[in-house]
Amino acid sequence: MSETTLRTPLYDAHVGLKARMVPFAGYDMPVQYPTGILTEHTWTREHAGLFDVSHMGQCFIVAESFERAAEAMEALVPADIRGLAPLQQRYSQLLADDGGILDDLMISRSAYPGRLYVVVNAGRKEQDYAHIAAKLPKDVKLERLDGEALIALQGPEAEAVLAALNPEVRNIGFMYFKLLDLAGCKDVHVSRSGYTGEDGFELSLSAADAVKLWNVLLKDERVKPIGLGARDSLRLEGGLCLYGHDIDETTSPIEAGLTWSISKPRREQGGFPGHTRIKNELSNGGLKRMRVGIKPEGRLPAREGSIIQNAAGREIGKVTSGGFGPTVNGPIAMGYVDIAHAAPGTPLFLLVRDKAIPASVVKLPFVPNRFKR
Amino acid sequence: MSVKFTEEHEWITVEGGVATVGITTHAAEQLGDVVFVDLPAIGKKVEKGKEAAVVESVKAASEVYAPIDGEIVAVNTAIADEPSLVNSDAEGGAWFMKIKIANPSQLDSMMDRAAYDKFVGK
Repeated sequence: MSETTLRTPLYDAHVGLKARMVPFAGYDMPVQYPTGILTEHTWTREHAGLFDVSHMGQCFIVAESFERAAEAMEALVPADIRGLAPLQQRYSQLLADDGGILDDLMISRSAYPGRLYVVVNAGRKEQDYAHIAAKLPKDVKLERLDGEALIALQGPEAEAVLAALNPEVRNIGFMYFKLLDLAGCKDVHVSRSGYTGEDGFELSLSAADAVKLWNVLLKDERVKPIGLGARDSLRLEGGLCLYGHDIDETTSPIEAGLTWSISKPRREQGGFPGHTRIKNELSNGGLKRMRVGIKPEGRLPAREGSIIQNAAGREIGKVTSGGFGPTVNGPIAMGYVDIAHAAPGTPLFLLVRDKAIPASVVKLPFVPNRFKR
Repeated sequence: MSVKFTEEHEWITVEGGVATVGITTHAAEQLGDVVFVDLPAIGKKVEKGKEAAVVESVKAASEVYAPIDGEIVAVNTAIADEPSLVNSDAEGGAWFMKIKIANPSQLDSMMDRAAYDKFVGK
């Protein structure tokens, strides 16, 4: 028997837009609207795409002070949390004791005193919440925000669209947020971040406000609704990891190419799970494999699970995400390869239906990120 | 002659002992945007229900099964060059392959248009 699928507050809106709904991480989610993934993908790169990501897990970490909450969180993730400026956000990973990634997440220093605002993956939230709650000291609590919705507006016209509702959005820097009133919705958490490689915003707000704002935004001709299909092709072109595919409990942040998300002092000093492995992988010769971008020659996409071979035909890794990049206009993939084959330009073969497809290691991202720094 | 359909969402027309095979409009809609088509080699022997071609959408790869035993005598290179034809003209110009029929009795169990429409719940 299948478990009951959950619905986001925007379920009726998706059905009204004739979305194709599919089960994803326990939710009934729109994979695409009638125009299709290619059109949705390109629209987001050129205009503004509106995404319902309410399935993701939102919570507060609550303590007597920001410093106390940050200290508790730093025991679970390798990022510099104590150094967060007010209203600043960082990307990090929840780590297991062996340095494997339990989930990747966004952590912000809340506008409310003594609070961190955290967003985790839909498919991992129950495990994450249980893990975090079990590890937090007694005076620090996890407070779920299950009733809240989360919508993302991504693309080069996202700023102008939101600025028409509140010009203050122009003053939000990349990886910062503000609490703003938008179209009559009070105190919307407007963060300048996203998962498409484009400039854009993620908006956390109540379920009722989400329905209201979703409809207001769709009245703007620069905005179209975008499903999970295009969200996946956009993030793949952007070289961004998808949990459960490109990163999981077997991969470390260093292998995954996420070293940039760990501050230099924390790399040295540790104080988070898996530091032994991470320090070793950062030392000479410690890193055995690495996530890389792969560009297959020709038009045939290599999907997740395809075996990667070196030029001599020896298996050196597997594709973790692969498909067709609409903006690249060709097949693209990411995967882990033996460190000796991780340099851009290295020739490889990908096995697709018993055919060895020539490919090469390329720098990520496939499409330049256009975050507003 | 009239078009016939399989439960695997292929359409088939027969002329002079050769079957022209494609995927249905319904199947193309379900696949979404087609970005790559892998066609069989001419001369390849195919078997009913076994993989004959592969169609890749942005999301996933899907097999196209041979609806009948026989030999590939032609493939439609136009859809290899322009895979989006599968979405825009699935039951017309976007045929996949022509199969020289080895076992005509296999046609008997196929659906007609009305039965196929009922099968997909139209």
